[in-house]
Amino acid sequence: MSYTGKIAATTAYLPKQKNLWQRFWSRSNEKVGYLFILPAFLHLLLFLLIPLVFSLYLSFTNWRGPNPQSALFIGLENYEFLFGDRRFWEAMRNTAYYTLLYVPGSMIVSLLIALVMNQKLKGVYLFRTLFFMPVISSWVAVSIIWITLLDPQVGILNYVLRQIGIAPVNWLGDPSTAMIAIVIIAIWKSVGFQMVIWLAGLQAIPEELHEAAAIDGANRTQTFFRITLPLLAPTTFFLAITGVIGSFQVFSPIYVITGGGPRGSTDVVVYHIYTRAFEAYDMGYAASQAWILFAVIFAATLIQVWYRRRQGESGLF
Amino acid sequence: MTSHENTPFKVFAKIAGYTVLIGVALTMIVPFIWMVTTSLKEPNSAFAYPPQLLPTEINFKNYEMLFTLVPFGRYFVNTLVVTLFTVVGQLLITSLAAYGFARLNFIGRDTLFVIFLATMMVPYQVTLIPLFLIVFGLGWVNTYTGLIIPAISSVFGIFLLRQAFLGVPRDYQEAARIDGASEFRIYWRIFLPLNGPALATLAVFAFMGTWTDLLWPLLIARTPEMRTLELGLAYFNSSTSAFRQTNWPLMMAASVIVMLPVLFVYIFAQRYFVRGISLSGVKG
Repeated sequence: MSYTGKIAATTAYLPKQKNLWQRFWSRSNEKVGYLFILPAFLHLLLFLLIPLVFSLYLSFTNWRGPNPQSALFIGLENYEFLFGDRRFWEAMRNTAYYTLLYVPGSMIVSLLIALVMNQKLKGVYLFRTLFFMPVISSWVAVSIIWITLLDPQVGILNYVLRQIGIAPVNWLGDPSTAMIAIVIIAIWKSVGFQMVIWLAGLQAIPEELHEAAAIDGANRTQTFFRITLPLLAPTTFFLAITGVIGSFQVFSPIYVITGGGPRGSTDVVVYHIYTRAFEAYDMGYAASQAWILFAVIFAATLIQVWYRRRQGESGLF
Repeated sequence: MTSHENTPFKVFAKIAGYTVLIGVALTMIVPFIWMVTTSLKEPNSAFAYPPQLLPTEINFKNYEMLFTLVPFGRYFVNTLVVTLFTVVGQLLITSLAAYGFARLNFIGRDTLFVIFLATMMVPYQVTLIPLFLIVFGLGWVNTYTGLIIPAISSVFGIFLLRQAFLGVPRDYQEAARIDGASEFRIYWRIFLPLNGPALATLAVFAFMGTWTDLLWPLLIARTPEMRTLELGLAYFNSSTSAFRQTNWPLMMAASVIVMLPVLFVYIFAQRYFVRGISLSGVKG
């Protein structure tokens, strides 16, 4: 068969343009795939997608309690009320305060530890295991331990402070220190996790860069600020954004340790939504608050997506 | 090169490094030591001043009391049941979906996968209230079903296993197909056994997440006999409880009981845990 004949023979067998339905039933469509994802899809539909739409609807109603009969569609009333709701914005402000203390605090502490861990000292694995204990521990158990450690009279922290000449602090009883105490606990609990992420970033920096800088006469401080830190930018960015997202979702330590007190000083937004929805049973209004929270978190997520795109990464996250 | 010699500066840096690490390690560990030793004390000696970090006495009375005074045994069984079913369910459902998304070509696959991924951006607080209402409507409040079913799948798990399945050579699948194996058989007999570490990573994460979950059991478990350990411990500490102010040793014994299984799993599965963090963490 000649060469041109071969082409003609091939084109004769090219399938005609098929519509979507025909393509769906064609053999190249491995329909068994639908069966494989069916359980996960049904789960997503019932426990995430439907609740998501339902949540938006709820936020336009005055739904109270789990009983649906009394719910009325009230349009944007919840949102109008929300913008003038002082208690909600105080919860937002408390959350922002927590975020402002927690995110830089935990990032700096964990970076310092990671820098030491990166010195290739012996026994680093043992230390990593120890630093990770708070990370894996339950929030409730950790909270209870810290309630006793922070006790104003007999707590260990005040005992240590007294030894170095600092007057005892009523950590959890004073509105001006309660949030700081929560942040200290949260930092203590999470630095092990962030340290591992920093360490991965540090180990990705080629050794030659530091050696070259040393040959050029740079001292350690200069090397850190001019070479290490800029090269860690993706890690810094990742930790900052996930830290902000996590901070806006903090719940367990507040629930266990302070219950939002004293005098509302630790009433963070998720705790506020929880009490609105499940203690006051004001579910429609609580749903509208949840959507405002979603907007904040979504903005942070978009910044992250934008940054990853700029770094030339594909994919959604 | 001088970098391998022990110059005075290097020695100093080493000492400084270990000092920092030991200081941090103490900060991390002391609260746990305090928890264990306090759990072995008499109720009154827990309030001794200065605080006694090392045990002055050892008695297991508090642990006995836990199981007689409070139904802690029941909490333990509840947590075990919920965790077991959630972990097994997650492994099964997410691995099935991961195989579909990674190794089968069907129309709309990539669109569906993007929808799955996009839902990871939704914080759980947004869906929490309607999710509770749905579970309430289904009559699942205060049941194991209500505690387990909503957590039985996870998009993170699908993502993690899909990545692992994509790494299996195409030939394995093709050869099995030529031998006449069904897709389910290929998934069950080839892909699951080949991806043990990825499955273990997901199992460890699912275990930790379920064992220490507070918010969902708080909404679903309405009577004491449905409480999980984490929830039981939280109630134990609540302002209405008499123990918060008066009986630290009992509270600490309860905390030890809650933490032990997690610690146990962590120590034996540390490898998978750290692996999972690097997977979920630094992708950029």
